[in-house]
Amino acid sequence: MKLTGAQILIKMIKAEGIDTIFGYPGGAVIDIYDTLAKDNDLRHILVRHEQGAVHAADGYARANNSVGVALVTSGPGATNTVTGIASAHSDSIPLVVFTGQVPTALIGNDAFQEVDIVGITRPCTKHNYLVKNANKLASTIKEAFHLARSGRPGPVLVDLPKDIQNTLVDFEEPKAISLKSYKPNYKPNKKQLNKVVDLICQARRPVIFTGGGVILSQASEEITRLAKMADIPVTASLMGLGAFPGSDPLWLGMLGMHGTYRANMSIGHCDLIIAAGVRFDDRVTGNIEKFAPEAKIVQIDIDPTSIHKNIEVQCPVVGDCKAALKGIIQLMEDKNPEDFKNGRREWLDRIEEWKSTTPLKYEQDDVVIKPQFVIEKLYELTKGDAIITTEVGQNQMWAAQYYHFNKPNHFITSGGLGVMGFGLPAAIGAKAACPDRLVVDVAGDGSIQMNIQELMTAIESKINVKIVILNNKYLGMVRQWQELFYEKVYSSTNMENAPDFVKLAEAYGAKGLRCTRPDEVESTLSEGLNYEGTVIMEFAVDREESVYPMVPAGGAITEMLLV
Amino acid sequence: MKTNSYLLSILVDDEPGVLSRIAGLFSGRGFNIDSLSVASTAEPDVSRITMVTKCEPHIIEQIKKQLHKLINVITVNDLTDKRYVQRQLALIKVNAKPEKKADILRIVDIFRCKIVDVGLSHYTIEVSGDSDKHDAIISLLKPTGIIEIASTGYIALARENGKH
Repeated sequence: MKLTGAQILIKMIKAEGIDTIFGYPGGAVIDIYDTLAKDNDLRHILVRHEQGAVHAADGYARANNSVGVALVTSGPGATNTVTGIASAHSDSIPLVVFTGQVPTALIGNDAFQEVDIVGITRPCTKHNYLVKNANKLASTIKEAFHLARSGRPGPVLVDLPKDIQNTLVDFEEPKAISLKSYKPNYKPNKKQLNKVVDLICQARRPVIFTGGGVILSQASEEITRLAKMADIPVTASLMGLGAFPGSDPLWLGMLGMHGTYRANMSIGHCDLIIAAGVRFDDRVTGNIEKFAPEAKIVQIDIDPTSIHKNIEVQCPVVGDCKAALKGIIQLMEDKNPEDFKNGRREWLDRIEEWKSTTPLKYEQDDVVIKPQFVIEKLYELTKGDAIITTEVGQNQMWAAQYYHFNKPNHFITSGGLGVMGFGLPAAIGAKAACPDRLVVDVAGDGSIQMNIQELMTAIESKINVKIVILNNKYLGMVRQWQELFYEKVYSSTNMENAPDFVKLAEAYGAKGLRCTRPDEVESTLSEGLNYEGTVIMEFAVDREESVYPMVPAGGAITEMLLV
Repeated sequence: MKTNSYLLSILVDDEPGVLSRIAGLFSGRGFNIDSLSVASTAEPDVSRITMVTKCEPHIIEQIKKQLHKLINVITVNDLTDKRYVQRQLALIKVNAKPEKKADILRIVDIFRCKIVDVGLSHYTIEVSGDSDKHDAIISLLKPTGIIEIASTGYIALARENGKH
């Protein structure tokens, strides 16, 4: 069968089980768009900026546990994807990004809209390709998807010169991928698993610490089972929220710079950490010398580079989180539960005391809306069932603290790179993946303006997303640092000059709602969430509210600033 | 902290951009490359990179793991604490004034080097060996006047029977 490169591309994307891609056309991908127009099975969502396409693909991948796909043109189209790719790389999200390229004969000649995107994205992709031979296109695409989703997932970029797209070649179904240089180790070492079980039996004050890896390996059930069978309290990094139910009594809340008092204190005083799918990022550990001084650490990770990178661990387990946790549970089932619940009552009581003396708190008066109050009401009205995406900054932290995630794949945020402007396109991607779910972007007035153009994408594609803007007319997180550490010099963080968000919503064809009073928060949310269509709900919140607890950068996580 | 020198022998896919991936990994993560040498092997599509890197002991594990994580890297063999043979090749062009020629030839003879190019007033000497040998011959030739030196990075193979 003879097919053009463009036809092969579409065929291979569909063969991977992808039903929706996000993209933006241009001269170097016009052949692909021509082919797309004649294909009824693959949905293409036209974004309004290429960065939006990658974040949307990211949201799609996370909501769906699948691979997100973006398609953009060469040059500026390609460079606009870099932030999205770097974010997905940081968070280990499986994406395949297809970029157009100038014809092979022109590569290296500084042609119009030519850029060495393979060179530019080398450090922020899991791998990337420039396809120079149309006969290798199908196998390269298959390999790209294989790399994106296997092992520690990540973004893969495939650069497609224009002539490759319109060359007719004999299409042959590519063989199963087998790479001599890439064989991720899924199966954990049995000896190490036995060691983990011994450590659990010896521990008096254990804590489970989950990260994005648990969500990616779909090991939520196993984490929950392990915690419950051995009465081990659970904390999580930002990326790990939802792996363990936020409403469970064993839940400690998030760990780290804006972690709960009890989570940070538990890490400070525990004698064992069972860490799964985490990389001990500086936002979680604070001062590494003072992190968990009394604890032995078990670290389960599919990526050997994560182990011993930031912190010394006593029991590394290289393998898939789900497989490792299953193995641990199996070994524990052969034991008497009394063996591994030793002295637990005392530990759980201590945690309970931390929780009751120093809970997450804010005070809502009847004059000014507190941002935390908005998130709590959002949680109540959605029964904790919505998919929440966030922008970056205070909005992200309040969403993490006050929306109690009970299920995995419900919290979609740019965790590692911290990209402002992530939430709206990610919400569009998540909604495209899960049309029956309620998807809410929790935004700040600063972040939302970074990719506001994607509102048009939502309207055009009839992808109904809810945007909650916590408007404090500041770049709130930076302002908070300036208040605490820079003598209140609010340099360039005042955002009083802002658009009228209600009119802005209306200009795009969305609904706009504004709320300025605490007693109207619930009715505004209710109206917005029940509206059939995309809506911006703007809440004028306390301008100088800060996120607490807070661990000053470089401090020990047990030394928190509390309100 | 004390830094050590490590000798790594890395087999990689012989593909465009592989060296850039490795160099980028080192620069991006703040690792150092002291010496580097790349060439094809007996296997088609496979190249060998021999690299010397200086770092603190706990960093070398991270370097090896990060190298291995690159999709195009097939194996990473740390030869540092193993038995291996190591060679570096240098071409040294020296002034060969009539009154110095005998001295130079004697040094070349002692070090079992070769003269590979002769001019009216210069010799070019080929030296192959480990870094001690290179340092020694360079210091002995200095008084005669070294014009220029071209040197390769290290290449090395493990002494055990078997492939790495």
